[in-house]
Amino acid sequence: MAAFGTAAGRPLQGRGGSPGFRFTLYAVLSVVIMYLDQRAHYLERVRYVLQASAYPIQLAVNSPPSAWRWLRESFQSREALRAENARLRQRQRDLELLSMRYDALAHENGELRGLREALPPVADRWLAAEIISIQQSSLRQRLLIDRGATNGVFKGQAVLDDRGLIGQTTHVGPWSAEVILITDPEHAVPVRVERTGLRTIAVGGGDASSLALPYLPANADVRNGDLLVTSGLGGVFPEGYPVARVSEVHRDAIQPLAQVRATALSHIDSETEVMLVWFREGHPAAPATGARSAADVKSGNAAMQPLPAPPRPAASRPESAPEHAATPEHAATPAPGTTSQPRTAAPAPRRAAPTAAPAAGAAPEPAPATAPASTSASAPPGEPAAPAAGAASPEAPPAVPPRSRREP
Amino acid sequence: MTATQVRLRMALTALFALVLTVLPLPVWLDVLRPAFLVLTVLYWSINAPRAGGIGLGFTCGVMLDVFQGPVLGEHALALAIVAYIAVREHQRIRSKPAFQQSLLVLAALIVYEFVLFAIDGWTGHPVTTPLRWLHCLTGALVWPPVAAMLSYSEGRLA
Repeated sequence: MAAFGTAAGRPLQGRGGSPGFRFTLYAVLSVVIMYLDQRAHYLERVRYVLQASAYPIQLAVNSPPSAWRWLRESFQSREALRAENARLRQRQRDLELLSMRYDALAHENGELRGLREALPPVADRWLAAEIISIQQSSLRQRLLIDRGATNGVFKGQAVLDDRGLIGQTTHVGPWSAEVILITDPEHAVPVRVERTGLRTIAVGGGDASSLALPYLPANADVRNGDLLVTSGLGGVFPEGYPVARVSEVHRDAIQPLAQVRATALSHIDSETEVMLVWFREGHPAAPATGARSAADVKSGNAAMQPLPAPPRPAASRPESAPEHAATPEHAATPAPGTTSQPRTAAPAPRRAAPTAAPAAGAAPEPAPATAPASTSASAPPGEPAAPAAGAASPEAPPAVPPRSRREP
Repeated sequence: MTATQVRLRMALTALFALVLTVLPLPVWLDVLRPAFLVLTVLYWSINAPRAGGIGLGFTCGVMLDVFQGPVLGEHALALAIVAYIAVREHQRIRSKPAFQQSLLVLAALIVYEFVLFAIDGWTGHPVTTPLRWLHCLTGALVWPPVAAMLSYSEGRLA
């Protein structure tokens, strides 16, 4: 082991500057970078470029597993393939049977909602993406997928698989994007208990498949096996997509809140493909906010800025919008849903509240009645989706990016 | 060996270490994975102190931040600090036998992890599980072979 020191005494000309000087330089530089990235989000472009340059490394890192997969697939026996084919055929038949009544039901639903025709599905377009790498430690649950800005992926886009919600994109590079999973401890998704309509927030549990529902009062009506679906609040996920199933309800007499855990329905472990979904703007089940653009989501501390007053809901509610997915149709049981709005949704009331104060430089147009609901300064006033979103916005919290981004 | 050659070698080994660091592993193995990038930066800071170990640490740290940092600059700062300590004390560290070097590396890794821990806390991603400190031990354990491998590559390419 004495061989470590072989480089000793080799003449190397330094680049100038003592180590102390250079260290100070780099330390100051990294602190400035951290500040800009954390507080001001000035570094989106830099991140974009860096993510692009990191892409080859990520591909290289992923090549052994994908080569192994490819090998295994190409040496699969004929029988195995036939069996798989038969299984898929069976599954397709089952799904067709299930969806046979779908059109009729959609039409009936539209009639019940007072629409003249059935609504189009909320998912507008979707795109399959391959998982490049999975990071599943107890601290960070992230995926890297092989679609990026060149495919139209944007920050805060919903990612699904065939069983349920997986997560949302956090950093988008040109050819790749990072997805934060719903099980990441920094992620929270607004959900609704499908059986009762009770709304709450599911926070990632930090392991491969568990979520926690930490904001339910002890007397909340939750049972083992309840299905949790997205509630449509939060502005990222549309309403009604399955998220998790309650797996454990623990009520303690001295605790004001119930300890509820749920198991995510998506199965990232066995999956190599995920779906990126674009949702129809203005659809009743679409994410209930105008703040959908990437520029809006990343505008850090929006809750701290004065906002233009949104239009009164009664004035601008389009008559075609029925019982909106985001309106509290379960107003009879609002206590858990509203009082237990936790950290993520905390900025919501402030952000969407009809503040009388005019925005500082954000609302150039004089008529407050037409003030756009998209409250960010970057959104052009009077964009087409504004009225519909405005109707929803008083109840709707803004997008739920990873929690930490909100917290100063 | 010129400074450019050394720098090239530094960049190549650091790239390799980066790949080892971001390679997907099962969770239980992930906790034990040594911080190869820190070990590489330490090696070059000790054995080629004037070739820019601090700059190497900073650059590697930024790359690592892109892969797994909650905030850009976190690993960059931690690696720059570790590299600076190593550059300052390179003569003392270099003259030690392997076992004592491992102990010093353990100390450096703990400093590194502590910086990360502090920044995690300040930026609102507190991670308090004791498992996060485990890789310091494995890093110190694999230091002798890693250093031997790096010095072998150095000697062979020279």
